[in-house]
Amino acid sequence: MTLFRNARLIDPETRAERIGDLRIEAGEIVETGAGLSEPGEVIDCNGVCLAPGIVDIGVKICEPGERHKESFATGGRAAARGGVTTIVTRPDTHPVIDTPEMLRFQIERAEDDAAVRVLPMAALTKGRAGAEMTEIGFLLDAGAVAFTDCDAVVADTKVLSRALTYAAGLGALVIAHPQEPRLSAGACMTSGQYASQLGLPAVSPLAERMGLERDLALVEATGVRYHADQITTAAALPALRRARAAGLPVTAGTSIHHLTLNLLDVADYRTFFKVKPPLRSEEDRQAIVTALVDGEIDLISSMHTPQDEESKRLPFEEAASGAVALETLLPAALQLVHGEAMTLPELFEKLSLNPARLLGLPQGRLSPGAPADLVLFDPDAPYVLDRWSLASKSKNTPYDLRRMQGKVLGTWVGGRRVHGGAA
Amino acid sequence: MFEHRHLLGIEALSPADIVAVLDRSERYAGAPDPDWRTRLSGRTQINMFFENSTRTQASFEIAGQRLGANVMNMAMQASSIKKGETLIDTALTLNAMHPDLLVVRHPNSGAVALLSQKVNCAVINAGDGRHEHPTQALLDALTIRRRKGRLQRLTVAICGDIAHSRVARSNIILLGKMENRVRLVGPKTLMPAGIERFGVEVVHDMAEGLRDADVVMMLRLQRERMDGGFIPSEREYFHRFGLDAARLANAKDDAIVMHPGPMNRGVEIDGELADDLTRSAIQEQVEMGVAVRMAVLELLSRRAA
Repeated sequence: MTLFRNARLIDPETRAERIGDLRIEAGEIVETGAGLSEPGEVIDCNGVCLAPGIVDIGVKICEPGERHKESFATGGRAAARGGVTTIVTRPDTHPVIDTPEMLRFQIERAEDDAAVRVLPMAALTKGRAGAEMTEIGFLLDAGAVAFTDCDAVVADTKVLSRALTYAAGLGALVIAHPQEPRLSAGACMTSGQYASQLGLPAVSPLAERMGLERDLALVEATGVRYHADQITTAAALPALRRARAAGLPVTAGTSIHHLTLNLLDVADYRTFFKVKPPLRSEEDRQAIVTALVDGEIDLISSMHTPQDEESKRLPFEEAASGAVALETLLPAALQLVHGEAMTLPELFEKLSLNPARLLGLPQGRLSPGAPADLVLFDPDAPYVLDRWSLASKSKNTPYDLRRMQGKVLGTWVGGRRVHGGAA
Repeated sequence: MFEHRHLLGIEALSPADIVAVLDRSERYAGAPDPDWRTRLSGRTQINMFFENSTRTQASFEIAGQRLGANVMNMAMQASSIKKGETLIDTALTLNAMHPDLLVVRHPNSGAVALLSQKVNCAVINAGDGRHEHPTQALLDALTIRRRKGRLQRLTVAICGDIAHSRVARSNIILLGKMENRVRLVGPKTLMPAGIERFGVEVVHDMAEGLRDADVVMMLRLQRERMDGGFIPSEREYFHRFGLDAARLANAKDDAIVMHPGPMNRGVEIDGELADDLTRSAIQEQVEMGVAVRMAVLELLSRRAA
């Protein structure tokens, strides 16, 4: 039994924050209130924030295949340090997670090694090759929480249509990367003046809209539960809005990088800023922030993509895409609160409650009966990020040497402390 | 009583027609009787199969022979079609030979009906594309009626590859006309669009689909009709949509299992269950097939006479 006393309780479910106490027992939240009695361990929070742990969709842990980039042990530690209590893993490993056997391997490895909860996703098509659907029913029964080919867009619309139809019949959730595959092929920047100046191959922001429009037409036809992994352009928003107005089972996310950085950050060809889709204009970034605040975009994910030094120490065009972000997700997202774009409960709706709802999980709440997955953090604590201090095996963060504001002091998963204090 | 010139589909039959065929078939069920031998004597029955089918063709051939008809088989893939003759030309040529009964199977939906417009004799559809397979539905109905004692107010689950199945379509129509509750069960990719409008329930979960069913009709996964990608794999298909004893436990205790054959054991149906004569009516379906076809041949040749 543990009592968190004198905490600033951030409850996204009621959209409220208040100073109070919270008691956990046997891995669950049992009581919140003021002046609760104190048998058992007492943690005095001194007025810092206590919120539901982050549920992060779209995390890449590089097991199997590239364990030198990230393992369940290091990724789990990074998550704990970032206040992420559930990571939903991507299947874009080597080999791809496209069979129940591979999925079981990941689940067992995660159970043994990861400090936080791990829920695996499986590929939608075999080898993410876009030719044949995976054994969706088997994979569901083996524990897959969603199906995605990640950034390998299924270009053959007939194959996609069949896979979505089959998934719909089983009630499976499909997560897609909206992007017109031919238009975006080979691009590493968003087209415009700046890409022309740098002389880099670029993609129009319209590719995202076109990819999304195609997918949404298929959602309309099949009724599949569909989540767009990253909406990053203003151009894509009207399509999303129309689909939701029509009552389609559609949700959308965006990445922390597209919320907090823009294409000007690519200056000097710094490959740590090379992500997929590429960073967008400031106008797009602001439109995405607004869409997030308005609820048109449901959630924020880290899109944690570890890359080793060798993959990044290359000319911009040839360098690997992606950035690590499990540990920087919360402090970077707090920029939105400090900039008064949203309140803390609203932010945790996007970080914890909405992703939990999407996957049908009981997490993301501070109400009695919810799992005791918690993050204790000081939203104001300032520091300069040193990438070498990160727990991830790979250190490719675009926030290296940035001034950050917001520090995670403790993380609990099912009532067990996994970060901070005497862990 | 049976006023039709051809048997092109169940669609055109009234409930009274269906009962008439089944009642007539009942006389032909069981061991052959020498008295039947003269009923179609002097009649010519031509089986034209534009698509392979050992079982249906044999069933029609035996039916005709038991009634004393002169039965001739034409394997159409091997003949004039290869030489570029159109279906209508083939029909006109045959018509000139004055057959009494034409039994036709064709890979294209609607082809048998087209042919029937060009000939003077009775035409029996032995399966056209994804459209209809009326004698199969009639033999299924006869089997159900014998096993269940009635052909009304039953819950029938038709499971599997509905999209590519003419058997399913004919059965849906027949069972609907006879006021049964029809439930279609299978993956969404194998459900034809708009099938709900046939007055059936559509379910994508076997346990739910089989609940309280009186009859469980399994369909063959028609791999040869699939241009790839309808299901992830056969093992996944069996895992989710295959019929075994555990799944069958969702149906009524006295539910019967049917399959039009040929079966893919371990793909749509568990081998042991298929062979369990207390539950499986599959052998009886084959037997009823001959009886129904005899009845149909007799009814249509009487009209033609």
